[in-house]
Amino acid sequence: MQHGSLYPALHRLEERGWVVSKWEIAPDRNREFKYYRLTEKGRKQLLVEESQWKQMAEAVARVMWPAAEES
Amino acid sequence: MRWRRMTKRNADLERELQSDLALEEEEQRERGLSSEEARHAALRAFGNPTLIREQTHATWSWSWLDSLASDLKYAYRGMGRNAGSTLFAILIVGLGIGGASTVFSVVNALLLRPLPFRDPGQLVWISNGDTYSTQPEHFVDLRDQNQSFADLAGWSGTYSSGDKELTGTGEPERLTSVPVTQNFFPLLGVQPALGRSFTKEECEGKYSAPPAVLLSYSFWRRRFASDQSVVGQKLMLNNQPVTVIGVLPASFDFASVFAPGTAIDAFIPWPLSDTMKPAGNSMQIVGRLKPGVTVASAQAELTVLANQLESQHPERNPVFPKLVPLGEHVSGQMRPALLLLMCAVGAVMLIVCANLSHLQMARMGARHKEMAVRAALGAGRFRLLRQVLTESLTLSCCGAALGLVLAVAGTRGLAHLTAFNLPLLQSVRVDGRTLAFTLLAAVASGVLFGLAPALQVPVYKLREGLQDTGRESSGSSRHRWFGDGLVVSQFALACVLLVGAALLIQSFLRVLDVNLGFHPERAAALRIDPGFRIPNAARQNSFIDDVLDRARSVPGITAAGISDVLPLDGDRGWQVSGQGQIYDKNHHPEAFIRVVSDGYLEALGIPLKSGREFTENDRASSEPVVMVNETLARTLWPGQDAIGQTMTQDGGRRVVGVVADVRHGGPETQGGSEMYLPMRQTGDYAAMRLVVRTTLPPDSLAAGIRTALRPIDPNLPVTELQPLQGLVDKVMSPRRFVVMLLSGFAGFALLLASLGIYALISYSVNQRTKEIGIRMALGASARLVRRGVLMKTLQLALAGIALGTLGAFAFSKWIESLLFGTTTTNPAVFSGVGLLLCAVALIAAYVPARRASRIEPLQALRTE
Repeated sequence: MQHGSLYPALHRLEERGWVVSKWEIAPDRNREFKYYRLTEKGRKQLLVEESQWKQMAEAVARVMWPAAEES
Repeated sequence: MRWRRMTKRNADLERELQSDLALEEEEQRERGLSSEEARHAALRAFGNPTLIREQTHATWSWSWLDSLASDLKYAYRGMGRNAGSTLFAILIVGLGIGGASTVFSVVNALLLRPLPFRDPGQLVWISNGDTYSTQPEHFVDLRDQNQSFADLAGWSGTYSSGDKELTGTGEPERLTSVPVTQNFFPLLGVQPALGRSFTKEECEGKYSAPPAVLLSYSFWRRRFASDQSVVGQKLMLNNQPVTVIGVLPASFDFASVFAPGTAIDAFIPWPLSDTMKPAGNSMQIVGRLKPGVTVASAQAELTVLANQLESQHPERNPVFPKLVPLGEHVSGQMRPALLLLMCAVGAVMLIVCANLSHLQMARMGARHKEMAVRAALGAGRFRLLRQVLTESLTLSCCGAALGLVLAVAGTRGLAHLTAFNLPLLQSVRVDGRTLAFTLLAAVASGVLFGLAPALQVPVYKLREGLQDTGRESSGSSRHRWFGDGLVVSQFALACVLLVGAALLIQSFLRVLDVNLGFHPERAAALRIDPGFRIPNAARQNSFIDDVLDRARSVPGITAAGISDVLPLDGDRGWQVSGQGQIYDKNHHPEAFIRVVSDGYLEALGIPLKSGREFTENDRASSEPVVMVNETLARTLWPGQDAIGQTMTQDGGRRVVGVVADVRHGGPETQGGSEMYLPMRQTGDYAAMRLVVRTTLPPDSLAAGIRTALRPIDPNLPVTELQPLQGLVDKVMSPRRFVVMLLSGFAGFALLLASLGIYALISYSVNQRTKEIGIRMALGASARLVRRGVLMKTLQLALAGIALGTLGAFAFSKWIESLLFGTTTTNPAVFSGVGLLLCAVALIAAYVPARRASRIEPLQALRTE
């Protein structure tokens, strides 16, 4: 994966208010970096997405390895 | 604001990308690469910055705006490239939408917009039978005894124009006042703009001497220059002092709702308790339903109630209350005509779209390569489609802007047609709803004519597009089929419109040809009611003698007579019978009453069928006489000579003359029975109108008559002379209105259809230059080529005419109610329209056909 494909994703998150960004000088290196931080709204969304992901993963697991369930 | 946020975000993204690229580059350098190599490696790891930028932009949801802006830019450029065809397109869309929006605003005012009253849905019109008004006594009982209505109000249906003479302030003037019941304005929910409505006390006086008057807004503005202090002042009406108690709001236009084409100047109270008020059927009733009561149940209740009243009061006139929602009563009659016009407008818009569709298609053909290149460079199908649609929408919106200007001008023009007795015409204007309609029409037509060319988009394959030499392309057979279909449909629609217009024009001509029973041309009338109260018959008759003598001596006047009502302008009827005849009350013959002097028949041009006319010797002292029209003579004395018979009127009147029937209700309705009473033998009339027949244009006579009559009464307000032709024109104005608009649309449709076929044929001749060249090189003669082109045109036209004729047959049933003296399947109209369309098609195709036959084979082949 190329690094560049991250930007549209990051900007979409910012657009929805799930992350905020800020330009800051890194303490150890003498240059500016753009930091993305999770917002409260983003944290909630993360929980939602996480549980959805878990559900999906479980569902996929059940389909992929039905035998494991039986034993 | 949004724009600034966007540029800021753009800068931020740029900074972010640059910073990260630099970081990446730095890291690569640290791994020992040269700076050049490090930059390339960084870019490789990073990806295409432009793409990233665009993808990130897309997440900001601005992209649609971005591409819209660029689409608009392209559209604008494209329009500039073909300025000629762009102007043409805007012009025809503008004309189409202008017409459509104008008709829509008429429909909006008459059918869609609620009447200008409070809760107009609850208002109900209550007539007596189909057309008659009701006796006030019945009104009072119906009002007091019903359960369905919150209230009933009435106004006098027997008011006549110019019935009050205003003197004392400025020029004497006749004005038209309508007597109304006290609750009339509260029931409609109309608040005076100034002052107040009538009080109970004001409605208990004498009918002939109202104590108070409410002025209409337009009269107040005209006569009193909108002077607010007029409220409370006293005016002299018919030599009686009357107090102005208020001015009605501009939004209340009684005339346009209840009496289209008449100017109403004032309202006076109608005292129901006064025994001297007009007797007989004289009241128009409007009621407000109680909430939740339907018209049907109210109808059922009033029918029962009326039956009871009739058995309780056998001495009164019959009463059959007939309830119609007020809105329907006011504009219901215009509904079929308006719907017809709306459909005509729709057909015109379809023809406009078909025309433009072909134009856009031809343009797209020329841009084949451009589209193919853009598709190859990565423009998606949807993106191209959207661009093509944006172009056509831009065109149609420009057209709509022009159309809106036309509609504003058109509605202004219509609203000022005061001589047209169409209800609510004065309130026709471009409002929000019309704007919305215009926008909708613009978008719909833009999509409609842009869709077909836009759907050509998938045809643009790179290889074919670039190989294509620009003429016989892969899309051309499809294009040809499509273009033919467009022309056929234009002809079909134009055919339907032309048939409809031709049928209505024919009806209109038939109406003009109707023998009215009198000759309105070169006849004019004016009110001459004396300013004094007529004390006795002798005084009245010397006034009549004086007026007639003086009027007849005015140069240019060939005949003069006096009457109380004019044909087409007001009616009153009585039950009549011959001596010794007994009729059932509900089937009693009724006749319209005309009180006339000698000379009236000649002045109006009514033929005398037998017997004699009134003379100046038919006076109060001589034998009571009467004239009847042919219908009344037939009704009362079937198979006998009416002359010499006696009528029961006024204790017995001998019939001395039989005159021709006059169509006093309008050219389209039979006249019915009429009875003429000699004015010198009665005092029972409400107005005196001098009718003159002249050899000069009626307008030039007014001054002469004024001078001639001044010695009799210096205060005589000789208002403008009213030409009788004007009355006839007013009655026919709704029909003229529809014919005018429909003919305009049909003419426009014909023009568009001929342009459409011209464009198609000349396009296809251009496309086939090479083919025709080859055929001519192989020996085809110029005549043959020309004939081929014309035959093809004729085929298309005939296909369209065949379809259109079928369509016209299907539709014609529907306009049957609007026709007069013609049938929906009139063969002359259908074949005439067919021939006209064929002729127009051939003329339109002649120019390209001649061009085709002049093609030089060598030149044609060399162009490739």
